[in-house]
Amino acid sequence: MTDYKNLKLIASSSPHIRSNENTRSIMLDVIIALLPALAWAIYSFGFKALLTTVISVVACVFWEWAYRKVMKKNQMIGDLSAVVTGMLLALTCTANLPWWMLVIGGFFAIVVVKQLYGGIGCNFLNPALGGRAILVASYAGLMGNYSLPKAKLDVVVSTATPMQIMKEGTVEQWEILTSNYSVGDMFLGNIGGAMGEVSALALLLGGAYLIIRKVISWHIPVAYIGTVLVLSLVAAPAGIDAVQYMLYSVFGGGLMLGAIFMATDYATSPVTKPGQLIYGIGCGLLTVFIRRFGSFPEGVCYSILIMNCTTWLLDKYIRPTIYGAVKKEKKEAAK
Amino acid sequence: MAHAFFGGVHPNDMKAATNEKAIEQLAAPAQVVIPMSMHIGAPCKPIVAVGDKVKIGQRIGEPGGFVSAPIHASVSGTVKAVEPRPSSMGGTVMSVVIDNDFENTVSEEVKPAADPENLTSEELVEIVKNAGIVGQGGATFPTHVKISSGLGKVDYVIINAAECEPYITGDHRACLERPDQVILGATLLAKCFGVDKVYIGIEANKQNAADVLNAKIKELNAPVQVVVLHTRYPQGAEKQLVQAVSGRQVPSGKLPADAGCCIFNLNTTCAIYRAVYTGMPVVNKIVTVSGSGVIEPKNVECPIGTPITALFDACGGLKEETYKLIMGGPMMGLAQHSFDVTVGKGTGAMLAFAGDEEKYEAEPQCIRCGKCVGVCPIRLEPIFMYKYLMKGNYEAFRDQLHGMDCIECGACTYTCPARLPLTHAFRLGKQQVNNARMAAQAKAAAEKAAAEKKEA
Repeated sequence: MTDYKNLKLIASSSPHIRSNENTRSIMLDVIIALLPALAWAIYSFGFKALLTTVISVVACVFWEWAYRKVMKKNQMIGDLSAVVTGMLLALTCTANLPWWMLVIGGFFAIVVVKQLYGGIGCNFLNPALGGRAILVASYAGLMGNYSLPKAKLDVVVSTATPMQIMKEGTVEQWEILTSNYSVGDMFLGNIGGAMGEVSALALLLGGAYLIIRKVISWHIPVAYIGTVLVLSLVAAPAGIDAVQYMLYSVFGGGLMLGAIFMATDYATSPVTKPGQLIYGIGCGLLTVFIRRFGSFPEGVCYSILIMNCTTWLLDKYIRPTIYGAVKKEKKEAAK
Repeated sequence: MAHAFFGGVHPNDMKAATNEKAIEQLAAPAQVVIPMSMHIGAPCKPIVAVGDKVKIGQRIGEPGGFVSAPIHASVSGTVKAVEPRPSSMGGTVMSVVIDNDFENTVSEEVKPAADPENLTSEELVEIVKNAGIVGQGGATFPTHVKISSGLGKVDYVIINAAECEPYITGDHRACLERPDQVILGATLLAKCFGVDKVYIGIEANKQNAADVLNAKIKELNAPVQVVVLHTRYPQGAEKQLVQAVSGRQVPSGKLPADAGCCIFNLNTTCAIYRAVYTGMPVVNKIVTVSGSGVIEPKNVECPIGTPITALFDACGGLKEETYKLIMGGPMMGLAQHSFDVTVGKGTGAMLAFAGDEEKYEAEPQCIRCGKCVGVCPIRLEPIFMYKYLMKGNYEAFRDQLHGMDCIECGACTYTCPARLPLTHAFRLGKQQVNNARMAAQAKAAAEKAAAEKKEA
C-alpha cells in the first residue's frame, strides 16, 4: 500500500482548481482574431504590410523586454501582450510607414503609455492608440500617406481615403466617392486607409471569434457601432441618402477596428456591463462629432483615448447592486 | 425552469470518475478517532473515559451549548484514548479514540420514533438534536437550531441536492440508491414546517437522479417537487439556491430564514429520516474519494472517525506524484497538510491531486479583464476588493465594496486569467475587518467599565 508519510503535500487556500484560460491564451486569441485583417492587408497593400507589422511587433516586444531589463523587473513578454500591441499599432497605420516610425511609436506605446504606469493592466490609455496618436501629432504627413488598395489601382486616381472624401460633406464629393467605391467595396475592404481598418468583414470575423471565445463581451462593440449607426442616419448632410451615408460611416474608417479591438482593451475600459454600454455610447458620440464637426476626417482614435480617461469614473460610480442589497430607507427604518 | 442566480462558472465537473459507482461499505477500520468538534458552535465535552466499553450509536460527546450537536460512537469497542488529535481545520481538537471490537453491537439508546407519521415539530427537533445532525454539505451548522429558528418564519423548504462542486457524487448516488430516505426525510420536513411542498434543487447533470426521485414521489404521493437547475457553480451555495429555486434574495448580512427559506442538504435529509425511522444518530458518512492522485476513485460509506488513509487504501492507494489532499470539493474544500485526520460529519469528499490542477503564478498581475466581476454570484467586484486590500484599505473593502458579503465560493479565483489569489485575500481581509471590529468592541467595553469605575 501507499507509503503516505513520504508524500509531500501543499496546503494552500481554496479554490484548488483554476480555469485553463490565462493571460497568454487570451492574448493568443486576440492575435488569432487579428489574422483575417492582417491577411487582407497583405492581399490589398502587398508584402510591405506584413513587413510593417513584423517591424512593429519586434519593436514593441523589444521595448517591453528592454524596459523591464533596465528596471530590473521580472520579464513578462511571454504573456504576448506586447505582440498584440505591436500588431494593433501597425494595423492602425498606413503600410507605407518608414520602419523607424514604428520603433518610435512602439517606444511610446510600450514604455511611456504602458510600462511607466506599471505594465499590463495598469495603463490608462490604450497603448497602441497612444503610440498612433503621438505619430499622428509628430508626422502627420507620413501618417496620412495612404496608398490605393490592389483592387482599385487602375480604377481610381486620387489616393484620398473614403473618410477624407466624406469629410468634405458636399454632394459632388459624395458622388465621386460612391462612383469609385461601392458599399460592397467598403464592407469587403477595397478602399484606402490604415492597413488593418479597411476590411469590415475581416474585422467582424475576428470580433465574432473573440465573442465566441468569451475574450470580449458584445457590450462595447455593439454600443459603439450602434451609436455611430444611429447618429449617422440622423446626422447625414443635406442632399445625401441617409442610409447610404450610414453604411459608409459604419464600414469606413477605423470604426470596426476601434470598436472591436481597441475600445474593448481590458485595462482601459470599464469592468461592469452597464459601464461598458455607457463607455461604448460615449465612444460612438465622440466619433460622430469629430467626423462631422472636428478638424480630422476620422475620430475613432481620439474618441477612444478620451473615453479611456473616463473609465475610472465609470468604474467608481457604476457599481453593480449586490445580491440581497438592503435598501437605504429600510436600513434607516430598522435603526 | 427555475430562476437563475447571478454569475457563476462552469468548471469541468469530473464526476464521471465516480457517478456510476454504487456506494461501497468500507470494511470497518480497526480504530476510529472521533473529534469532539464536527460542527459550527461550541465543541462537545467527552463523557467517556479510557477503558470504557462503547456501542454503536452511544452518546460519547455532550453538546457544549445550544448551538452544538452531540456526538456518538460510530463503532463498538473500547475507548483507547481521550486526547487532542490533529484536526482537519488545522491545529488539534479533543478526540475520542475507539478500538473496534468488530462486534457491531448497537446501543440500546438507538430506537425508532413511536409514531413517525405524526410527529409534532417539537418532537422532530428533539430527535434531530439528539441524533447530532448537522448540515452535512460541509457547513456543519447544527440542524436542530436551523429548524427551530426557522419554524413559523419559513414558507419555502428546499433540499439541496445541487452538488455543484466538481468530483463529488455522494448525493447523486444517494438519490439513485436511497430515494425513499430522501423523499420520506423531505416529507418529515414538510410536516414539521407545515408547508404544502418541499422543493429538491438538483443540477441538470444529474437528470437520472431527478427521474428516480420523481418516480418515488409519485409512488409515495409525497409533498415534494424536484426542481432541475442549470449546472453551474456555485448552484449549491445557500443564497444562490434560494435565488434559483424561489426567486428570492437573502438580505445582506441575514440568514435564508429571513427570506422565508430554509435549506437542508440531501445527506442531512437522509440523516433526519434515519434518526426518525431507525433511531440511528449520525455515525456514518458517504465520502467521494476521487481526484487524479487516487488509483481507483469510489463512493465509500464509512464510520465517522475513519482515518482518511483507510479511505485511500480502499481505493487502491495514492499515486506517488500526489501533492495535494483536499477535504471537501476542489472549490471550497480544505487542503490537508497531514494524513493524520479522520472523516467528520461534514466530510463529503476526500480528493488527492497528482496532475496539473494547481496552476500557480509566482508574480501574478491583474489585467483588469473584469471576468471576476461577471462571475461573482453576489455581484461584488473582486478586482477592486483585491486592489483595495493590497493597499491595506479595509474601510473601502468593507463599506464601498461590500467585501463582508463575499461567500468565498472561489468563482472569481477560478476564472481569473492572471491567476491572482483573490479568495485567499478576501478571507484575510474579512478576518482583519472582524478582528478590528472585535478590538473596537473590546476597547469600548473597557472604556465603559473604566468610566463606571470612576463614577463609582
